[in-house]
Amino acid sequence: MLKGHQTWVFQSKPTIIASAVAGGPFEADGALAEDFDILHADVWLGQDSFEKAERKLLEEASQRAIDKAGMKKEDVNFFLSGDLMNQITPSSFAARTIGAPYLGVFGACSSSMEGLALASLMVDTGFANNALAAASSHNAAAEKQFRYPTEYGAQKPPTAQWTVTGAGAALVSREGKGGPRVTCATIGRIIDMGISDPFNMGAAMAPAAVDTIEAHFRDLNIDPSYYDLIATGDLGAVGHRIAGDLLIEHGFKIPTEILTDCGLLIYREEQPVLAGGSGCACSATVTYGHFMNRMKKGDFKRILVVATGALLSPMSYQQKDSIPCIAHAVAIEMD
Amino acid sequence: MSSKKNKKLTPVQQEYQKFAQKREPKRPAFTNCLKAFLVGGTICTIGQGLQWMFIKYFGFTETTAGNPTVATLIIISVLLTGFGVYDHMAQWAGAGTAVPVTGFANTVSSAAIEHRSEGYVLGVGANMYKVAGPVITYGVFSAFIIALIKIIIMELGGI
Repeated sequence: MLKGHQTWVFQSKPTIIASAVAGGPFEADGALAEDFDILHADVWLGQDSFEKAERKLLEEASQRAIDKAGMKKEDVNFFLSGDLMNQITPSSFAARTIGAPYLGVFGACSSSMEGLALASLMVDTGFANNALAAASSHNAAAEKQFRYPTEYGAQKPPTAQWTVTGAGAALVSREGKGGPRVTCATIGRIIDMGISDPFNMGAAMAPAAVDTIEAHFRDLNIDPSYYDLIATGDLGAVGHRIAGDLLIEHGFKIPTEILTDCGLLIYREEQPVLAGGSGCACSATVTYGHFMNRMKKGDFKRILVVATGALLSPMSYQQKDSIPCIAHAVAIEMD
Repeated sequence: MSSKKNKKLTPVQQEYQKFAQKREPKRPAFTNCLKAFLVGGTICTIGQGLQWMFIKYFGFTETTAGNPTVATLIIISVLLTGFGVYDHMAQWAGAGTAVPVTGFANTVSSAAIEHRSEGYVLGVGANMYKVAGPVITYGVFSAFIIALIKIIIMELGGI
């Protein structure tokens, strides 16, 4: 049901019956290593390219989520997935392995919540019984496509971020008992503040996150204190600070202890990630791993995940275009 | 930011960028320069040491010792790139590792390694000079222009 301008309220509250996350060596060394179902010591995952390694991460996370739900691939009505590669190849190739009817989504790093919102919509409207939403990213594959060769010695500025190597998948179902439920989703609009520096994604994406957060609370007419946690996807230290200050300037009071960012949570402070983590897998692994676990433990009852995406391409950047950004918010609640 | 770039932005965008800039950490320009000087200088000192070695022990002259010196530095740089060390050094050293001949070797070898997965022809061959290519193109082009200027001046009876 549409509420307000851009928010979907899922009346049947579809349940996330299972979720799984896979990660690489850098994530295994990170702050949330315990929340990963599968961790790899090698960025190649035994494959002969980074792109194939990303596909494998996505396949593993998706398969593990299906296994955890005690289901078979055939029980998945629809598979929705997104990533950062050209033509979203890891998603489409993983879909070939899974074999379920597939819809590819692209919202850059916001693909995780875009997929979850659409999967929940399908289940809520009765167009699916079980829908699997997944997203992935691979540090080296993203560097190769968007920046320089991985071994090239270019100095990155302190505003740059580290793309997470990993994948996360969540199985949304009509029938589920006591699991975390998806209650509503706010679809974001494109916000472009004219920032064109791809090493400063946090500042580029922060206004999109703020726009979606404000729209969410305006549409639902609730107070931010309704949530125990509001997590943006991958703003990093720079974007998180800007978003926080921007919300205050817009007269929006979100207690600082509940506003966080997946890109700040995933790595330890000593890891050389500059401003923090980024990539589709950043919000996907933190949400489907860490947040799900903490919700099941009872640490949080209601959370809002606002996945942020920078919709640039290597071409648009070279042609000196600015970076259009987007953010999608999904609310997950425990009964 | 240049005023030309600013003209394209709406007042709201300009206001936001000012707002954001106040909250962004700045590149530590002074320390970066200092590190670049130290590391770049160290690489050049190693080069000088190699040159002496080639002259003293291998019978090269001051002119001919240049080639084996550069070759040695390139081999070391390519090895460090292959072992995945060079990019970590460069994050600390910045221009210090980028400017000397070692930086050039790093750009070529890193691109070659990166695109190995697309095969030897369309991958390694086509992409090897992806980062270094502009340096070669404009290096050759400016050398050509300088040569033309020199010839014209000489023809006019100069130098």
